[in-house]
Amino acid sequence: MSDPVYTSKTNCLLNIRDLYIEGYQEEEWRQIVKGVSLHVNRGEVLGLIGESGAGKSTIGIATMGYTRAGCRIKSGSILFEGNELFGADDETLRKMRGPRISYVAQSAAASFNPAQKLTHQFVETAVQEGVMSFAEAEGRAKELFRRLDLPDPDKIGERYPHQVSGGQLQRCMVAMAMACNPDLIVFDEPTTALDVTTQIEVLGAIKEVIEAYGTAAIYISHDLAVVAQIADRIMVLRHGFEVETGETRQMIENPKEDYTRELLSVRKSRGETVDHESEEIVLEVKNVKAAYGNKVIVLDGVSTKIVRGETVSIVGESGSGKSTLARVITGLLPPIDGEVRFHGNSIQPMLKKRPKELLRRMQMIYQMPDTALNPKHKVKKILGRPLNFYFGMSGKERDLRILELLEMIELEPEYAERLPDELSGGEKQRVCIARALAAEPELIICDEVTSALDQLVAKGILKLLQKLQNELKVSYMFITHDLDTVKAISDHIVVMYQGKVVEQGQKTVILDPPYEPYTDLLLSSVPEMDPDWLNRVIEHRQKLADKGVNIRT
Amino acid sequence: MVTKMKDAIKLLRSSSWSAKLGLAIIALNIFCALFAPVLAPYNETELAGDVWEPPIWSEYAMPHDTPVILGTDHIGRDLFSRLMFGARNTITLAFVTTAIAFFVGSVGGFIAATLKGWVDQTLSRMVDILMAFPTLILALVILTVMGTSIPVLVFVIALIDSTRVFRISRAVAMDIEVMEYVDAARLRGEGLWWVMKEEILPNALSPLVAEFGLRFCFVFLFISSLSFLGLGLQPPLADWGGMVRENSSAISFGILTPLIPAAAIAFLTVGVNLVVDWFLHKASGIKDV
Repeated sequence: MSDPVYTSKTNCLLNIRDLYIEGYQEEEWRQIVKGVSLHVNRGEVLGLIGESGAGKSTIGIATMGYTRAGCRIKSGSILFEGNELFGADDETLRKMRGPRISYVAQSAAASFNPAQKLTHQFVETAVQEGVMSFAEAEGRAKELFRRLDLPDPDKIGERYPHQVSGGQLQRCMVAMAMACNPDLIVFDEPTTALDVTTQIEVLGAIKEVIEAYGTAAIYISHDLAVVAQIADRIMVLRHGFEVETGETRQMIENPKEDYTRELLSVRKSRGETVDHESEEIVLEVKNVKAAYGNKVIVLDGVSTKIVRGETVSIVGESGSGKSTLARVITGLLPPIDGEVRFHGNSIQPMLKKRPKELLRRMQMIYQMPDTALNPKHKVKKILGRPLNFYFGMSGKERDLRILELLEMIELEPEYAERLPDELSGGEKQRVCIARALAAEPELIICDEVTSALDQLVAKGILKLLQKLQNELKVSYMFITHDLDTVKAISDHIVVMYQGKVVEQGQKTVILDPPYEPYTDLLLSSVPEMDPDWLNRVIEHRQKLADKGVNIRT
Repeated sequence: MVTKMKDAIKLLRSSSWSAKLGLAIIALNIFCALFAPVLAPYNETELAGDVWEPPIWSEYAMPHDTPVILGTDHIGRDLFSRLMFGARNTITLAFVTTAIAFFVGSVGGFIAATLKGWVDQTLSRMVDILMAFPTLILALVILTVMGTSIPVLVFVIALIDSTRVFRISRAVAMDIEVMEYVDAARLRGEGLWWVMKEEILPNALSPLVAEFGLRFCFVFLFISSLSFLGLGLQPPLADWGGMVRENSSAISFGILTPLIPAAAIAFLTVGVNLVVDWFLHKASGIKDV
């Protein structure tokens, strides 16, 4: 990489040199960012990618001369148009933040003030900094809302944040960041919390609007395929160091470093389908209808079945009722109609009335390992309780079994003495898996078990689950919105949309053409490792829309 | 056990100076309460001299064989000795009462939060009814009807305070109850007691401990005010609130005796509050991370 200062002196907008950032943790300062240098030219989009803990968000915020509470910039230089932001006084920084550099956070829902209308929040920076009057800012808001394809752009500003959907809110935040027509926008995982189908809309809108205004951007994501759609150059970070930087196309087609190659290969993993001879049906759901408060129907006539040793994936966007199906099966939400059968026998719809033995045979693993483990219990206790509860094990026998379980999930015996806070996200999820296995179940319901984890960690978890299935012949019901996970792990797929099963069948049948229209929409929305993918998909959908085909069934 | 001790020492070291001061005040009070018979020069009910003798450093102090450090009270008992014994009575009573209030209140609150539905409604509405009465008036009514024995006193104050504890523990437990680990325990088939004791309680402990300190102060002051009204601990038992009342008329003669037990009440209350503040700060700080 040639030094930008010499090649394009006037063009260079942001130039960060040897940036060191520290965080205060356990009574000492620890380095988070260890000497990263980068530059962004005018109108250029730089993608920052890496796993959690790579320091990408920290760098993103540091471009505004800011750090999170408990962090500080140790040394280095942050030049924005030649002005040093590191150590600049508050007044200078205030003039920069908003009008010149702005920031789009990951969770729009958490970033908006729920008590104020969108327009009021939109105009705040612009009016406060004296860039424009309230009326001008309001006009600008409408213009940007229109450009970002928000419905009813003239009126949407009158709504409160909870009155628009997640994807729309995220676009509103992009609009807000564009309010003063800044030179640089930092996008911090803006689409990570969204469904694939919504992600594509937001991604398309962001791409269009920054191209139209010629805004430079730093786009932070853990998903290489997403970054590839929007960035001109990509920088890969790991543990606070730069791994490599390069033009997007070159990075995708010909990465230099092993780590980048590993990130690329995550997407390509495919688990081979194993032929299962057994036709022993473990669980059968028949015509289940469920509702919250007897009014809002969330499941409408859902039927499916799970064979021993097989993995059935339940796929759909948020709101499709897939998690509700799990609640019905586990007995947390008794259905208003239909029945659940376990080994051919109809089971009690209410959790409380189910016998212990039945509960043992069905276990669950949750999406957020952070909240699924009691923070005050040691791993030993978390794993020991089901052993004691279901099998009456205690003392040495239980301790030995705990060690066996730890071995199964590939953790060292020392982990028995740890508290959940002392584990990483992936390790926590492994402990959750072990807790389920401790009961020696026949069916494990996995509710989005990998979506809160980094890609490489998620891959490890999926591998582990696959290994355990081969050894123990346990069946999985895999609830997910991530189609890559589905491709990697499932034998059988159930596609759900708005509480109904759209289609179900063998993986090969569902994932090979011809597609059912909704399945097609889902499949085509998964970002591919190809910088032209987004343009192609949007163009294709535009054509369909022009022909009057409604993709949403 | 050893690691726990080490942790405790580490925690103490990291505490602020105000917390250390508070802890010192509490330790001093507990020390006095425990060793009252040794420390006190006179007996709780023993007459030491004349009525309202001035303290030892005053120029009008009377000569005694055994020193009357803080002077005497309205019938000539040694005030210092009575303060020591008063600490014993008042602090023990307040502690036992708060402990009972906490047990009843938090178990009730946890049950309400875990079972929800009609159980929650019944318990919560009962608490609402109790809370609708002004506390002092409710206590006065019950004490007048049932008599002012120590068990009744403990029962009344514990009942009134358990309603406050119920509210807070229910709110805290509600937040914990929606966590997936509680769901996991339910799916395992765990009973109510396990869920409350093992899943909810350890995670609700820090706000509850802080509340315990605060509640202890309120109970302490409440006992003192009941004693002041003549419905608390009955004479000749020494009690700080009662001592203020007994000596209150001294104020009109310009004698400062009643202010001494009052200062003792203030002293302990401030001490406990300093510690509670620190604890609350710490608990909320942990939550923020």
